[in-house]
Amino acid sequence: MNPESLRFTETHEWIGAEDGGLYAVGISDHAQHELGDVTYVDLPKLGARLDQGAKAAEVESVKAASDIYSPVAGVVAAVNAELDAATELVNQDPYGAGWFFKLKDVDPSALEALMDFDQYKSFCGG
Amino acid sequence: MSWIPVTEQDRREMLAEIGAASVEELFSVIPGELRMRGWNLSPGMAEAALRRHVAGLAGRNAVSPVSFLGGGYYDHFIPAAVDALASRSEFFTAYTPYQPEAAQGTLQAIYEYQSAVCRLTDMECANASLYDGGTAVFEAAVMACRATGRGVVRVHDSVNPVWRGILRTQTANLDVEVADGADPEGAACVIVQNPAFRGDLADFTDLAAACHSAGALLVMAFDPVSLGLLKSPGAMGADIAVAEGQGLGLPLGFGGPYLGVLAARKALIRKMPGRIAAATVDTEGKRGFVLTLQAREQHIRREKANSNICSNQALCALRALIYLCLAGPEGLREVAEACHAKAEYLKARLAARFPVANPGPTFNEFVVRLPIPAERAAALLLERGFLAGLPLAAVGAGGQEELLVAVTETRTRSEMDAFAAALEDACHATDL
Repeated sequence: MNPESLRFTETHEWIGAEDGGLYAVGISDHAQHELGDVTYVDLPKLGARLDQGAKAAEVESVKAASDIYSPVAGVVAAVNAELDAATELVNQDPYGAGWFFKLKDVDPSALEALMDFDQYKSFCGG
Repeated sequence: MSWIPVTEQDRREMLAEIGAASVEELFSVIPGELRMRGWNLSPGMAEAALRRHVAGLAGRNAVSPVSFLGGGYYDHFIPAAVDALASRSEFFTAYTPYQPEAAQGTLQAIYEYQSAVCRLTDMECANASLYDGGTAVFEAAVMACRATGRGVVRVHDSVNPVWRGILRTQTANLDVEVADGADPEGAACVIVQNPAFRGDLADFTDLAAACHSAGALLVMAFDPVSLGLLKSPGAMGADIAVAEGQGLGLPLGFGGPYLGVLAARKALIRKMPGRIAAATVDTEGKRGFVLTLQAREQHIRREKANSNICSNQALCALRALIYLCLAGPEGLREVAEACHAKAEYLKARLAARFPVANPGPTFNEFVVRLPIPAERAAALLLERGFLAGLPLAAVGAGGQEELLVAVTETRTRSEMDAFAAALEDACHATDL
């Protein structure tokens, strides 16, 4: 996905609209860079209902273990099973093949409160 | 380096930070009878006088009673090689090393200990060890809660009542409900023990299947020595296997140090508490050892860590490893067979006079119903040089007259005959 079309949180997740009312969620390029090589991702259960800011996933890298929070409220409609065997996708393609999960039943207006790409860039210090 | 633990200034700053006016106020929640009220120490002694004094105190210990006391901790034989090897100064640490990869020998010993535990239990992974059997039960329970996202832990009545107490204490301030029974519905796990605390044997294979169809885990506490004969936790379908490892080359002590064994299915490894040693290769392709999967642990994950365990019982685990290597599968089978055969001999001998309360087969421990209170019998037998066993009412696991009797491979026929005669005599004398 083109990062300029995405919305970002202060905890460094991104969210972007896809076809069929789905919204993909991942972590930003800045976040993967800070974490270093990702070694493990624990994904949410399909069908789980997440509140905005709820803990949705866990990511472990050679340096740290971090929680991933849901940028908006929704229901988990898909998880990226590729990450079980190929965690490096998070580092190599954070806005594409390295996505974590997809949400449905999302209120589209909830995204407007999040940062756009330029705002996120300045949030990260340019 | 200056070593001034806490200055007056430090104290004032810390008290101000937490909003307490004084140290006295901070500690006011501790009941008065538990507070230190002066040490009451006698004046110092010269070394020679002190040795005489301490030797005199030590001489008052009863160190040679013939033991039939078990309840989770057993008087097994310890080969001299265990002491000789484990006493080598290279191994002298109770902990995993703080700069782990610099201590390749220690890591190799832990790795081999884990491998031995996996082979013993037929489980896929094991950690570097925990404090003791009771804390291992607790760690398995909260591990099951993490893995299932559920908060109810059901404890079967086969489980050691002391370990249940530890489980209740350690979960008191956690979001975990400890309930009795073996119903897996809605539970994170069902915890069972084989052999049961009262000695009964069971096959929990069907319960494992029932747990899995209900989305729960089966946690099984086992006696490592019994696995020389009995079906293993892995073969029964357990998801987590835990044990008190004392029987594997550790001497009986007043509470330890003992050894908490924990093994699991590989799918659960990231939910496992404690340290894990692993084998790998270095940049030159040579075999080496590391601590692995550390992102589960406190020094990385802080308050979200799987457990506050950030060490292990390295020296105790080493003793267990040496014991298992010396015995091998064959030797462990022989020890288990001897325990069982001798226990059967004593059980038959005592059954002639006292009813045995176990409905089915037992391994090395069984319950007899005496005509007098078991506490009284134990006191009388101690005067005759025997640790008679565990009075079950004392731990809430049976009636006043019930005595839990354990037999290991170290008991001889003449000791068992003498014990049976002394017990009969004590009960008879008290009857009159």
